[in-house]
Amino acid sequence: MRLEPIAAPTPARRLGLPALALAATVVLASGLSMLAGADPLATFGQILQGAAGSKFALLETLNRATPLIFTGLAVAVAFRAKLWNIGAEAQLYAGALVTVVIGTQTGLPGPLAIPAMALAAVVAGGLVLLGPVLLKVRLGVDEVVTTLLLNFIMALFISYLLEGPLKDPMGMGWPKSPALPRDARLPRIVEGLRLHWGFVLALICALGVWVMQTRTTLGYEIRATGLNPQAARFAGIPVGRVLVKTALISGGLAALAGFSEVAGLKGNLTADLSPGFGYTGIIVAMLALLHPLGVVVSALFVAGIFVGADSMSRAAEVPSYIADILLAAALLFMVLAILLTRVRVVRG
Amino acid sequence: MTHEDGAQDTVLRLTGITKRFGALTANDDISFGLARGEVVALLGENGAGKTTLMNILFGHYTADAGTVEVFGRALPPGQPGAALAAGVGMVHQHFTLADNLTVLENILLGTRPLWAPGLGRAAARQRVAQLSRDFGLAVHPDARVGALSVGERQRVEILKALYRDARILILDEPTAVLTPQETEALFETLRRAVAQGLSVIFISHKLHEVTAISSRVLVLRHGRLVGEVATARTDRHRLAEMMVGAEISAPAPSVARPGAVLLELDGVETEAQGNATGLRGVNLALRAGQITGLAGVSGNGQGALADLLSGLAAPSAGRMTLGGAEVADWSPRAAVAAGIGRIPEDRHRTGTIADFTLTENAVLESYARQPVSRRGWMDRAEARRRAEAIIAAYDVRCPGPETRIRLLSGGNMQKLILGRVLEAAPSIILANQPVRGLDIGAVTYVQERLIAARDAGAAVLLISEDLDEVLALSDEIRVISEGRLSPAFPRGSRSPAELGQWMAGHGFDDAA
Amino acid sequence: MTEIVEILLSASFWAAVLRIASPLIFATMGELICERAGVLNLGIEGIMVMGAFAGWMAVYAGLGLWPGVLFALLAGMAFGAVHAVLTVPFGLSQHVVGLGITLLATSSTYYAYRLSLPEVTSPPRIEPFQPLEWPLLERIPVVGEALAAQTALTWLAFAVVVVVALVLYRTPLGLALRAAGENPQAVESQGLSVTAIRMGAVIAGSGLMAVGGAFLTMSAFSSFFFEMVNGRGWICIALVVFGAWKPGKALLGALLFAGFDALQIRLQQTGLGQIVPYQVFLMIPYVLSILALVLMSRRAEVPAALMTPFNRGDR
Repeated sequence: MRLEPIAAPTPARRLGLPALALAATVVLASGLSMLAGADPLATFGQILQGAAGSKFALLETLNRATPLIFTGLAVAVAFRAKLWNIGAEAQLYAGALVTVVIGTQTGLPGPLAIPAMALAAVVAGGLVLLGPVLLKVRLGVDEVVTTLLLNFIMALFISYLLEGPLKDPMGMGWPKSPALPRDARLPRIVEGLRLHWGFVLALICALGVWVMQTRTTLGYEIRATGLNPQAARFAGIPVGRVLVKTALISGGLAALAGFSEVAGLKGNLTADLSPGFGYTGIIVAMLALLHPLGVVVSALFVAGIFVGADSMSRAAEVPSYIADILLAAALLFMVLAILLTRVRVVRG
Repeated sequence: MTHEDGAQDTVLRLTGITKRFGALTANDDISFGLARGEVVALLGENGAGKTTLMNILFGHYTADAGTVEVFGRALPPGQPGAALAAGVGMVHQHFTLADNLTVLENILLGTRPLWAPGLGRAAARQRVAQLSRDFGLAVHPDARVGALSVGERQRVEILKALYRDARILILDEPTAVLTPQETEALFETLRRAVAQGLSVIFISHKLHEVTAISSRVLVLRHGRLVGEVATARTDRHRLAEMMVGAEISAPAPSVARPGAVLLELDGVETEAQGNATGLRGVNLALRAGQITGLAGVSGNGQGALADLLSGLAAPSAGRMTLGGAEVADWSPRAAVAAGIGRIPEDRHRTGTIADFTLTENAVLESYARQPVSRRGWMDRAEARRRAEAIIAAYDVRCPGPETRIRLLSGGNMQKLILGRVLEAAPSIILANQPVRGLDIGAVTYVQERLIAARDAGAAVLLISEDLDEVLALSDEIRVISEGRLSPAFPRGSRSPAELGQWMAGHGFDDAA
Repeated sequence: MTEIVEILLSASFWAAVLRIASPLIFATMGELICERAGVLNLGIEGIMVMGAFAGWMAVYAGLGLWPGVLFALLAGMAFGAVHAVLTVPFGLSQHVVGLGITLLATSSTYYAYRLSLPEVTSPPRIEPFQPLEWPLLERIPVVGEALAAQTALTWLAFAVVVVVALVLYRTPLGLALRAAGENPQAVESQGLSVTAIRMGAVIAGSGLMAVGGAFLTMSAFSSFFFEMVNGRGWICIALVVFGAWKPGKALLGALLFAGFDALQIRLQQTGLGQIVPYQVFLMIPYVLSILALVLMSRRAEVPAALMTPFNRGDR
């Protein structure tokens, strides 16, 4: 077999195939839940109920979506430049770390502390990604492996800090940092509802990334670099510098996830602050086809699946890991479907 | 199967071969036969469908219609393995060799069952040595292919086919990468092969080679077989007419009025990049209102000179002066800012970004400056206006400025690049293979535009591997060989044969 | 300093080096085969997780040790097949597919674990591979003792290196594989199928990765934990680069790496461990991997067609 490009794909092909990918995911989910001895329809119902069935559920989904929007944007920005940033997890923790340090150690008053924490988080996240990118630009070291390995190094570094210098003396021996003072926390959007301004910040960032990508020279440079670095370099685009700028933005966005989780939700830093938000951000970004506004939608979808699956697994025998399987499968089905909208398989 | 009566014996027959790529019909109902012991030349312009036809014959592509018969048996379509087994060998234009393997390993690849326990190197080495002697193909069997010269690589390709007992040899543009002397050695090999009863299909668009080696010529134009003549009963002029379908009228530039020196290289050296030759002590002056043609066999430093003028590489020694001032901080952007218009060799990979629209491609070199952008903000309307202006002024055929450029033909792509370059009113123009792969209409168009730019006072450096093109367009000619430049030869002062000597490296002071 | 020398002279240290190296050797050889054929397999981490679980579960279910290894191998090959189909004939991004396979394999493993053992709080232990009996070997001090402490799986890991090297350099199959990763056109024009060779390499390589994972449960820890692979897959990718895509050098890299790992574990017990936090020791493997990549970056011996999909009849 071989692939032949289709000059003008029909709308049926362009919409039908992604729909087919979703359908395939649903079929897989049904099979998995039957494997666990549960009725698939009931499982889906419980997931939906758990994700959006009540005000509480909905808020939980929005809260879960917030860090995923940030990490999804981080990945989307980087992947546009074909910069394979798999280290959003490390950048997230870097952001969370400086947030806690500034919030608890400097004694800045709240109105000053919050922007200072956010800004420092962005810088810290950018710097964490800067290393691998400089190695890539200067020495040609593949950034996939270096960013991945940095996740492990960062996790150990955080673990050391939480058991050592940053350990909360009042923490009853648990490895966690002291909590941010009240006035250094992100306020709730509506008093009484458990949703903080981090969510709004995430939406603003999505809009900002979209404007950056479509209206600015940097966005143009990033896309050119990602699509064809050779032609970009020939045209005079400083490819190395573009990658560095991309890294600073991408790392900064991922770090904002850490800032928002600490300052908006948790109040302190623990080693389990992120249940893999950095990795899930890859799925979020890919399902959104790297479109920054699409990231918001896909983050909500992914968060809904996770929150729903958590709630479902409390009631039924189906383990909540079904959510991870579904998203991984959806990712693979979707990239295949998107490819097949552009090419057809022919024999010979 | 084998008859003793020689040349009349048909070893290969193609019948009604048709192949479409989307809207383009690359091969349209082509039929012909090949006799034992003859050399047939397949002649045609770039894009006429020669390579496609041979790729179908060899099984790389599957034809939409038609059959291939070898020694009277139909070949199953789309299987290079079947073609090889039937005795068809192909020397591809872009060599199909693995650089990380040795010569012997490349020859052995695919010759034994994959699950066989060993390679049988010793026996193979002897056999290769024997073939090398018989056919005059000297090459060291244990050399890594990555370290070989282009000419040696071609010998390995031919050995690959001979090792498999090929009875029919297809050579796709084999001389494009050879010096005239290497070409003569290749022809000698082919004569020996024919003497031993092999049949050869020789693909070319160079008329003098076709007339020198073939006994019969097939002419392809726009995917159709438009002529078939015995070489002895035709001449170059008639072949050329058949090839392009009309009296060829290469643009004849008026007399040049050279002006001031705009760019000067003084003893410039650049570092070799991998296999690519660097420049060695190059002196060059480009004058306003003059076309300087750079002739040479591919891979002799043309790329290094182009990279230098494009801003991709800086001199490692020597001086480069632009408008009298020595160049210091050199980059592609600096080159554009200094008024160098650059038409790159590879329009698909370097000249354009395939998934960008025409608009986005039109501003690739101007996006960072006013009025296309201000303080980092793009003015998309302005970019679009520029694209529309180029589309109109340079006759770019396209659905519209928001079309992805990958959907355009090579000629229209090149016109957009030409427009992008010329609209910036460059004082120096680097045209690297500006018409390669274009159809004749686009060729004439591009060449006329370059001449017009010269007449308007630009200094043009035309790099081409096609000596005829260099001869037709250049006011003065320089020959490049192994990174060195010959003296400047004014128009008409040297014959093609004399230039060929220079191309082969003769005449340089330090010639080894 | 004397402590380090003491460690280096102890048989238990060298035994640990070989034990730590074994899973890395399997998986590194697996990745090396894939990359030599032109496919980067980022599914390695997830496939190792799955292999660790599959082998352990098979033994727990009563299949026996060697059938368990075979089961892990087949499970790895199954995920490898998915990777191969998506990246070879369809030519999808090897980054995206590889990460997708890692996520899919990891989550499927955890799901299967929860399904098969819904009630347990701590995972059951299995009877693992035992060190082979060598009547004479264990009498040789240090080296012999270290070798005598190894299970059959470690010996198998070394055998795999020899087999991979022999196949790569001495057989038509290896020739085709190396050519496929360098210039697929060369393979195609000699009448071989690039698609078949690459898919075969990815599937076989993935099987080896899973066996590497299975070593962890069947020969090292006797049980299955979440996070037990802990980045070993990513380290193996670095080891392939460090080994310049050659089996012998990659083996050397794995041993060197395991040496540092074994050393850091022992150094934690010494005076140094009192001063330096244990996390610093645990970081060493990851830092070393990055260092290896940086050191090797100048030596470009990377297969030329790595990560370049091949589509027949492309113009």
